[in-house]
Amino acid sequence: MTRYLIRRLLITIPSLLGISIVLFTVLALAPGDPFSELATNPAIPPSVQAALRLKFGLDDPIPVRYMHWLVAMLHGDWGFSFVSRINVDTLILQRLPVTLGVIGASQVLAVMVALPVGIYAATRPYSFFDQVAGTLALVGFALPTFFTGIVFILVFSIYLDWLPFVYRSDLAATGLQWWWEEFKQSIMPIAVLGLFQGATWTRFVRSAVLDVVRMDYVTTARAKGLAEGGVVMKHIVRNALIPVVTLIALQMPIVFGGAIITEQIFRVPGIGSLLISAILANDTPVIMAVTFVFACLVILFNLIADLLYGWLDPRISYR
Amino acid sequence: MAGSTPASPTVDVAIADVPLKARARHVTPWTEAWRRFRRHRLAVVSGVVLLVLILAVAFGPWLWHVQINDIDFSAQLQGPSWAHPLGTDDLGQDLLARMLYGGRISMSVGLAAMSVSVIVGTIVGAVAGMARGSIDSALVWLIDLFLSLPQVPVLLVIIYLYRGALTAMLGPQVGIFILIVAGIGAFRWMTVARLVRAQLFALREKEFVEAARALGASSFRLVVRHVLPNALGPVIVAGTIDVANAIIAESTLSFLGLGFPPDIPTWGRILFDAKDYLDVAPHWALIAGGAIFLVVLAINFIGDGLRDALDPRRIM
Repeated sequence: MTRYLIRRLLITIPSLLGISIVLFTVLALAPGDPFSELATNPAIPPSVQAALRLKFGLDDPIPVRYMHWLVAMLHGDWGFSFVSRINVDTLILQRLPVTLGVIGASQVLAVMVALPVGIYAATRPYSFFDQVAGTLALVGFALPTFFTGIVFILVFSIYLDWLPFVYRSDLAATGLQWWWEEFKQSIMPIAVLGLFQGATWTRFVRSAVLDVVRMDYVTTARAKGLAEGGVVMKHIVRNALIPVVTLIALQMPIVFGGAIITEQIFRVPGIGSLLISAILANDTPVIMAVTFVFACLVILFNLIADLLYGWLDPRISYR
Repeated sequence: MAGSTPASPTVDVAIADVPLKARARHVTPWTEAWRRFRRHRLAVVSGVVLLVLILAVAFGPWLWHVQINDIDFSAQLQGPSWAHPLGTDDLGQDLLARMLYGGRISMSVGLAAMSVSVIVGTIVGAVAGMARGSIDSALVWLIDLFLSLPQVPVLLVIIYLYRGALTAMLGPQVGIFILIVAGIGAFRWMTVARLVRAQLFALREKEFVEAARALGASSFRLVVRHVLPNALGPVIVAGTIDVANAIIAESTLSFLGLGFPPDIPTWGRILFDAKDYLDVAPHWALIAGGAIFLVVLAINFIGDGLRDALDPRRIM
């Protein structure tokens, strides 16, 4: 297992490098010059401009600039925000826990919906429950998160007035009251993201379980007289989860996209809303850093999925 | 992988009921696919719904003459009425006209982005499948890389960085349209590429491909004439789902306020404008969101039906 872990960690390095190259190329090929304001400013003589360009290496060839950028990123020198003059890494670290909390909780919710529903539907294929669950899953999958979010606000905040629709990071309450308020304001963002993911995963789980249910070893297990619950959990589900984990890992980029939208709708102060406000304020260092953090998070979750994969299917980790 | 249990509970009945004579009748693959597709009721209903919506946005603006930017402050935020069948927005602009106009954009973005992703995916997949060796591994690595890029953030970055230049070059409408279509297509080609590559791997050692090669067919002809038609079914299904995904992606960008410029009412943009008036004019948001939902759901059901219809191994 340790060797598998090390090998898997080494594989992420080329992926991270590849992503950083893609991002840097997108930035480098973009028209516009960070110093274009200087060029039109009559107070700055051309010689100073040239010296500045030389100092920041703006006229170097792209590969050289990429190496400079990469080394700086690795040293933790992520630059500072043009707008707030705060270092980018501090800014991101402030916001990251909220995003991870929302995403993590919604993934837990999605698993709690998808596993029971998918397994129950697949063990009774073409039953009434299966058809209702299948249709609902397709509906949930087709509902874009921004629309569900708006419908939730309309129903739970405006008509029923049960839940606040703006996420506040400065809750006045303390102790148990604080947790209750925090819980109330987190329900909607988590539910929007979690139910969307749950609908997608239910479909994955159902078809994966359906593939496994008909295998001979499942019949053997039943023929040996094992309890049905044990057969389902130990023989069917564990094997069915192997392809499901792969599919979930492939879904991670979509999850982060959904997180950006949810954060924007409910004004959750995470890195998603940081990205949107940075784009609206032309704050390039923050934009690039947040995008790179998102990419790293996707890779991290893929890594976790691969480790789960090795645990579910021991053949993989010993290869 | 699957065992011997039939794919559908009606399989035995279906085969037993068909008389010998009818079974011998010649049917083309497309008639057969159409026959199978019709048995998926939800898919047929969705097809009709989608057709009606497409006809509405295509011909509606000729029948409904209200301009999308007719401002009327005496009719702000009204609910549906005879003068404004879908109500009005905060400037008293007619929502029906705006929805029809926005539908044209949303749907053409969906179709165009789908074409981009299918074309790019087919080329990459075919090259990877035929080239083998290091080119294949490099392309597979590229596919995996694109699969692990977070699409929405990168798309936002691309639009942020290139919006100005393309707008200056081609005008706000065409420039943004091309940018959004290319951006969405650039993140959707991987599924098709994988399908085509897998099909090439499965087929390139088959006898009929060997025979064609022995007859002197070029690699290009082998791929286009002999292998790609076999990948057509899964690619059509993937392409259908891609249209829905592209419509969602475009609406997402507009909803975040970073898609088309504010004066072009796409469905996502209408929803973006409506979200600040949820308490006084909920119909505004519900109409725009409902339209996106309806189209995406219909396309997904059609994709489901096509998946059943185009897979000859599935017994119906």
